[in-house]
Amino acid sequence: MNHDRIKDKLTEKFGPDTLQFETILDQMSVGVPSDKILNICTYLRDDPELQFDLLSFVGGVDYYPSSPRFELVYQIYSVSNVQRMRIKTRIDESDGSPACIESVYPVWKTADWHERETSEMFGIVFKNHPDPRKLLLPDEWRVHPLRKDFPLFGTQEDTPDLPS
Amino acid sequence: MARELSHRADIRSEIMEINLGPHHPSTHGVFRAIVELDGEKVLNCTPYLGYLHRGYEKTCENKKYHQVIPLTERCDYMGASSNSLAYCLTIEKMLGLEVPERAQVIRVIMAELSRIFSHLFWLGTHGHDIGAMTPLFYMLREREEIMNLFELTAGGRLMPTYIRIGGLARDLEDGFVEKLKAFTDHFDTRVDEYEILLTKNAIYMDRTQGIGFLSLDKAIQLGVSGPMIRASGKSWDIRKSEPYCGYERYDFDIPVERGCDVYSRYLVRVAEMRQSNRILKQAIKLLPEGPIRTVAPGKTFPPQEDIYTKMEALIHHFMLVVDGVKLPVGDCYQCIESPRGELGCYIVSDGGPNPYRLKWRAPAFVNLQTLAEMTRGCFFADLIAILSSIDIVLAEVDR
Repeated sequence: MNHDRIKDKLTEKFGPDTLQFETILDQMSVGVPSDKILNICTYLRDDPELQFDLLSFVGGVDYYPSSPRFELVYQIYSVSNVQRMRIKTRIDESDGSPACIESVYPVWKTADWHERETSEMFGIVFKNHPDPRKLLLPDEWRVHPLRKDFPLFGTQEDTPDLPS
Repeated sequence: MARELSHRADIRSEIMEINLGPHHPSTHGVFRAIVELDGEKVLNCTPYLGYLHRGYEKTCENKKYHQVIPLTERCDYMGASSNSLAYCLTIEKMLGLEVPERAQVIRVIMAELSRIFSHLFWLGTHGHDIGAMTPLFYMLREREEIMNLFELTAGGRLMPTYIRIGGLARDLEDGFVEKLKAFTDHFDTRVDEYEILLTKNAIYMDRTQGIGFLSLDKAIQLGVSGPMIRASGKSWDIRKSEPYCGYERYDFDIPVERGCDVYSRYLVRVAEMRQSNRILKQAIKLLPEGPIRTVAPGKTFPPQEDIYTKMEALIHHFMLVVDGVKLPVGDCYQCIESPRGELGCYIVSDGGPNPYRLKWRAPAFVNLQTLAEMTRGCFFADLIAILSSIDIVLAEVDR
């Protein structure tokens, strides 16, 4: 199973215009539209040839102030094929409503905590997440520390419990 | 009869919630879980994390690449060298640096020593959690020897911070190899001693066999890696499947068990210590002479003696400290087999001197997710055994 084969299979299934492939340092990543994330993930896991059955992590990247602001990274692995790849998707927040994407918990159960962490750190909402509570941060915090516009030491108003 | 009935009506049969931790010795740090109990049976277990959250990833984004190395070791302080190794491998991959042969072998030595170090302490505390007080003292005896070896490399006993981008901080101290050799020579018999204490111990077997069942299917769904997945019957070790640091040259086996329970995890980790010792013995034979850090001006620090004698080296050193190394724009994920499983580092670079984003894929964080799955329906006392079989380091879970 090489990169070209994965590329061909994905292009065949989802059409040539929806996906952007990129290979840096022999690591393959595919950019997907955010509304198709669940379909693509399910396909990558269930296809008998691809079998990406293990999700290494879900992480977010904040590209403030460019737009769309956030990028979500899904690093996946196929235990039987010894193959890794990344899925990337860009999402944005609009006035008043937070950035939003479908949870991949139905595809990989391990996404549960990864998505909870990404959600609190970036203020991204994962739709249909089974347990959308905060994971690492205090419940009363309304700020998202991994955003680029969050100051390193916090602020007196938002995070009074941090040493300044 | 009537009296008995009224007595029964007094018995409260609602579900009881127990708060476990955060300050409890068997939680190995500050881990808190709300356990719902029906009598002695666990109905559900909900972990509450974050007591040790220090904003590791945010801190890294505000440090220069060379400054991140000590922070990585504070994540998993039990297998400290594995952490800095994962981080340095990622940077080296992005910079396209080749690491000298001698440094590669020493890195393997450090990684395997840290694996034994971590498994030893796990085994001791795990026995302690189950009620076997004695093993811990045996493990600490060997652990002390490894600490002395770490101290010889870079001074730190728990966290050596010995690995650098492009190689190592300094060459091995005189006498290190002899001490290491003495350790590897007697370590196998020490593992035999541990096994005498626990492997066929009837109480230990009773407490661990069939407890904390995790099928391979569930393990993969939950993203489990390392000894946990090998105890569920999957022969997956990143040292074999995607070798780094020249692991393909070493001859070792992947211990696999099919019991999917706490006892299997114990067997796998004990067998792994023997395999690590095997690798160490080969590494001592393999250890070549040569430089310990690759020379790449502007990327790696020049050798200390050059800084004192050569103008260019002094300038490069100065510029590296002031400006930091700049990585090409792009992203990279590199993972290694840490004592706990797939330890990965994902770095996004925007071409600046700091990581634009650093995501730490901590194996203990992922493996801990299995706790609720494994404890459902078991006794409360078994929950402690199961929790300790996951081998968590809370500093890594909370980051």
